[in-house]
Amino acid sequence: MSNAGDGVRNIGVVGRFFRQPVSVIALILVLLITIAVTFASAIAPFPPLLQDLYRSLQGPSSAHPLGTDSLGRDVFSRLLYGGQTTLLGVLVGCACFVVVGVILGLVAGYFGGLTDRTISGVADTLLALPGIVIVLAVLAIFSQSVYASMITFGVLSSGGLIRVVRATVLSVREELYVAAARVSGATPARILFRHILPGLYAPIMVQLSLFAGICLAVQTGLGFLGVSTPPPAPSWGGMVGDAAVSLAQAPYYLYFSGGIIFIMTLGFAVVGDGLRDAAAVGSSGDNPLRRRLGLKGKSDQSVEPFAGKREDSPLLSVENLTVGFRSNGNFAEVLHSISFDLERGEIVGLVGESGSGKTLTGLTLIGLLDPDAEVMTGSCKLEGEDLLRLDERGMTAIRGRRIGLVSQEPMVALDPLFTVGDQLMEVLRHFTGGTRKSLRDRAVRLLRDVRLTDPESVLAKRPYELSGGMIQRVVIAMALAGDPEILIADEPTTALDVTVQAGVLDLLRELKSTREMSILFVTHDLGVVADICDRAIVLEAGRIVEAASVDELFAAPKHEYTRRLIASTPSLLEES
Amino acid sequence: MNKADVLVVEGLAVDYKLRRQTSRAVSDVGFQVAAGETVALVGESGSGKSTIGNAVVGLVPITAGRVILNGKDITRATGRQRRSLAGQVQMIFQNPYGSLNPALTVEQILAEPLTAGLGLSLREAASRTVELLERVHLPADVMKRRPGAFSGGQRQRIAIARAVALRPSLIICDEPTSALDVTTQAAVLDLLAELQREINMSYLFITHDLAVVKSFASRVVVLQHGRIVETGTSSQVCNAPINPYTQALVAAAPVPDPVIQRQRRAARLGALSMAESGVSN
Repeated sequence: MSNAGDGVRNIGVVGRFFRQPVSVIALILVLLITIAVTFASAIAPFPPLLQDLYRSLQGPSSAHPLGTDSLGRDVFSRLLYGGQTTLLGVLVGCACFVVVGVILGLVAGYFGGLTDRTISGVADTLLALPGIVIVLAVLAIFSQSVYASMITFGVLSSGGLIRVVRATVLSVREELYVAAARVSGATPARILFRHILPGLYAPIMVQLSLFAGICLAVQTGLGFLGVSTPPPAPSWGGMVGDAAVSLAQAPYYLYFSGGIIFIMTLGFAVVGDGLRDAAAVGSSGDNPLRRRLGLKGKSDQSVEPFAGKREDSPLLSVENLTVGFRSNGNFAEVLHSISFDLERGEIVGLVGESGSGKTLTGLTLIGLLDPDAEVMTGSCKLEGEDLLRLDERGMTAIRGRRIGLVSQEPMVALDPLFTVGDQLMEVLRHFTGGTRKSLRDRAVRLLRDVRLTDPESVLAKRPYELSGGMIQRVVIAMALAGDPEILIADEPTTALDVTVQAGVLDLLRELKSTREMSILFVTHDLGVVADICDRAIVLEAGRIVEAASVDELFAAPKHEYTRRLIASTPSLLEES
Repeated sequence: MNKADVLVVEGLAVDYKLRRQTSRAVSDVGFQVAAGETVALVGESGSGKSTIGNAVVGLVPITAGRVILNGKDITRATGRQRRSLAGQVQMIFQNPYGSLNPALTVEQILAEPLTAGLGLSLREAASRTVELLERVHLPADVMKRRPGAFSGGQRQRIAIARAVALRPSLIICDEPTSALDVTTQAAVLDLLAELQREINMSYLFITHDLAVVKSFASRVVVLQHGRIVETGTSSQVCNAPINPYTQALVAAAPVPDPVIQRQRRAARLGALSMAESGVSN
């Protein structure tokens, strides 16, 4: 169990990074060049300043693998030695960038108030300053000092990082575990370094690798201008400058000196891109919807002792439904051959705890399974038509028009940018079309149907201006827009206060009688089941353990698990 | 004020500042929690019940009123004084998925109050953490795992172990079971009751669920819009509420018995329509 959990975590940023071949190649290149440069004195065949004027500007040869420059110095050796100053400069720049950016960002984000405003002002100023101009001015004072220029550049560029770190801290600071640490008596410093900083690694690494590329470009640019490294000491930028002078005689010289800068800059950028992609949460669902209907396991109803099935032809009939999840080649069955019916005008509770498969059952019926989920066997027949064999187009004709869905999180179901009216009318237009006026009239009627007082004003409001109960009523109105015969209500009242819950349950009961609607009510709350359901199906770990009318179920629960559920449910009733 | 009271809250008011506006989340709230007692703060969302808990442990600033913990006024305690209070008051949060740092191991999480609050070395803390896990009925081999490896109920046990690590006299339980399944909820409530007997702690139990309170708390404080509307023993409040809001709360809570629930519903709807016709008249 622990391995599975840890695995999920570890695969995090690092794992996803190493699944990107291009990023990995870039990282290897950057590391190889860095190592070669570090051990230049061991690898380089010649000292960097050794001149041999008889052999100036020669092409690559066995003695000089990358040729020689205008003074006959070995280009390969000079690239290696020159890389030391260049990369050390980049390192110094990056170090200043990170130290200033992270510390100021952390302090601003964590302490807030005046501290935050002051530091944010500094960050904005840094962003507005022309970095290169100031670096050149610094170089006028500290003549040809690589480190002075890179320290200046690192500090001047840190404004962006300050902002990124500050924003991340602001969100991590609100995490409950930070509040828990405060209550545990942890000091601010401990909270910052133990709880907040680890959450910042990914964004910092991304910023850092991108900055390293910029830093290298600036550093070599300064070398090219001859203002940072004093000749004859080698530097990559200086060598490009040399090569530009003798471009006509020895073009290869420019290829090699410019090429290594190109490779390193590109390498930093690709690594940064890779880190950013890896850090982006919620990968795009590139897995195609895989739904396979196995032909094995012919239906065998006789082995279903607790199946919630009856004889006459029902509105909706689920038979031997088996659903599982596929990941990394493993298949985990989650729903084990469940069967039940739903009659017209009936409210059936699908009861279970988390992981029982109750929500999965609802999503299967409406064709909204996760791409990794697969239906193995079974059928879900709506008046004889098997929903599982419909293609996406066929399912679209069912969704909303014949089966509606109300989910647990009403706020997520609505777009905060649009008014209730926009969203409700959009749905109505999709189902029936019509003029704006007629759509609006029908929207008002729907809101009245869900017992919202003053529907006109609700239409003009955005979701965040409404209370939780009102939003859930709007969501129910949207589910009713296509006039479905079946409503799948997935924990529709779990996020609501009890007094509001009672009102929403009253509404659903009323819809059942006025519209003859059937409701599949997914819930974990046995009190709610007792209140609203006609029948209940109890699911435990993907199996139906008991199905009965609610009166029977509560009066004489047959299965041990049902008894345990009832006993665990807190109740206001006197203990009997 | 009783000498045995672990917590005394008097005239508490808490303001929230949003941009230029201030809104009062809690006003004029007063109650006591005696040693070894469980007092429930009950209310719906926006009633200010969680704000009161946060104010007691210093997570939100107090606008007016007094909070007295074990006879000491901690209303304006500084950061340093707050940290020294960690041994007296602890908190269990609603969401065990958020309250445990996903990057730390169980051992590191449990060691935090011991090292930060008590100043123990990591080595000294290690032996205590084994004992803590035993107390909350988790096997010692979970020590090196991270929160991601545990179910909601197990996580809440870890959070409880962290809260009792310093043997506080008071634990603020902020909806500790509302994110859990019913069977898990029952087990966690049993665990809290068991620990209370062993360590003689008081609980300030914050919840929206009167049914949970009925068996678990001795006294109940009902809140609406940041004010106390009713206080009493839990059987008094649950069986014979006096305040109309409390009555509505009790009436709206469904009970797991369809026959009785039908009667309750009829009574509630009857009362509702009577109230409506009363208004229209």
